Amino acid sequence: MIRAWLNQHWYVFTLTIKRLLSTPITNLLSILVMGIAISLPAGIYTLTGNLPTVSGQISISPQISLFLKQRATQDDIDLIRTKLEEDRLVASYQFVSKDQALYQLQLDNGLTEAVHNLAYNPLPDAFVVDTQNVSADIIDQLRTDMQTWPAIEYAQFDSAWAKRLEALTNFGRVLVFVLLTLLSIAIVAVMFNTIRLQILTRQTEIEVSKLIGATDAFIRRPFLYFGALQGFAGGVTAWLIITFALQILNDELRVIAGLYAMNFQLHAIGYEDTISLLLFTTWLGWLGARASVASHLWQIEPR
Amino acid sequence: MIQLRHVSKRFPDGYMALSNVDLTIDTGEMVFVTGHSGAGKSTLLKLIATIERPTSGSITINGHNIAQIKPAALPFLRRKIGFVFQDHKLLFDRTVFENVLLPLQISGFDRNTATSRIRAALDKVGLLSKENVLPITLSGGEQQRLCIARAVVHRPAILIADEPTGNLDSAYARDIMAMFFSFHQVGVTVLIATHDANLLEDNKHRIIALQQGKLQNDQSMA
Repeated sequence: MIRAWLNQHWYVFTLTIKRLLSTPITNLLSILVMGIAISLPAGIYTLTGNLPTVSGQISISPQISLFLKQRATQDDIDLIRTKLEEDRLVASYQFVSKDQALYQLQLDNGLTEAVHNLAYNPLPDAFVVDTQNVSADIIDQLRTDMQTWPAIEYAQFDSAWAKRLEALTNFGRVLVFVLLTLLSIAIVAVMFNTIRLQILTRQTEIEVSKLIGATDAFIRRPFLYFGALQGFAGGVTAWLIITFALQILNDELRVIAGLYAMNFQLHAIGYEDTISLLLFTTWLGWLGARASVASHLWQIEPR
Repeated sequence: MIQLRHVSKRFPDGYMALSNVDLTIDTGEMVFVTGHSGAGKSTLLKLIATIERPTSGSITINGHNIAQIKPAALPFLRRKIGFVFQDHKLLFDRTVFENVLLPLQISGFDRNTATSRIRAALDKVGLLSKENVLPITLSGGEQQRLCIARAVVHRPAILIADEPTGNLDSAYARDIMAMFFSFHQVGVTVLIATHDANLLEDNKHRIIALQQGKLQNDQSMA
């Protein structure tokens, strides 16, 4: 029983490949259209995913800097440590003592001379707090809260920058969503029509198959396979387009980054996103075919 | 065994193709259905082949009442029957081999078993040497034989043929009939609709005559 089922699927798979190859130009064009359509939202999605890394190679999760008062004692520091441990919004934190900060300052900015001339260390002890990846408003609230903690001179959170980034990513996300929805509908519609034409040209075959005992599933299968396989090929095309486009962009970026003495690169589509992309386009093709088959196949009743 | 009880068939346009037919056909029997065109021969065969459904009455094949069977179960019933269509219904974009392959694909045979069965069926109808040609290049008689090969390749218990010698000259027709006799001899129930009087001469088998949708004559000649 299972063997028969597998035989049927293998047969349909090879048949569909044959059909795809039998009209290569037409199918190649449809696949190309599908690939280009999907590469637009998928490409924007990949770019927005790259945003945080591009804009200054900082960690994605927002940071709050806590500067302690000069007269802060070890007890104060321990108290803040405890409070940070307990806060659920805090992902991780790092204590930077004033001595450490001074040493870092010498190293980083070549101010050795100036630092040596200082009568005392003017730098405060500080905590660098990585928060959970929540909205800028919540982090802003957290910052205000931290400002009231004892021995805190100043709690700093670059909310404007984080908000800007957040707004930009949100915009990207909405754009991706809108484009994806519209273009998905377009792809399903195109597939619907392609399969409708196929059903019309294969009318005799469908009729004969029904007459000699084919189940509806058997008759549907080649069309569903066709839709799914063409969708899959469209996904592969979209992937190639994006990968190629990123390659070109990266070449240009390297030049720009070189001018700014920085080193950043756009990351290609990740492993998981690639699988999602292929599954999604396969599903779209299948969906269009399924809808078409459902609305056209019943009209063919053998006499 | 095939049993028809008070079977009537009225088409949506109101045409009464069969009215109140009672009929029993034993397993392994060979039966001819005759009558003028429009007498209901085709309808009778299509009802038995579950291609059409009766308006009233019951049709039982081996104890299953096919008038009441669920549509989803129909395909499995049809696989037990081989049908030689009047208009052949061959697929002209497939080779002779692939045409005969179709019923086996539908039943999910693996390629090797299918191949040997197809070769056997094609050999039986004398088309083995033409397995890779397209049906369009075959003569009328060859197309008919291809249709027979497709109808018997899955070894159905019942073989139904609608005017199998319709457009053939008498030599070809005798060939075709000889094939049906040989299937009958190995135990297949064979039903043949024909208006060809030549075929019925010196015929030892049962003949059912239809006239205007009614059973007119049922003679067992054996």
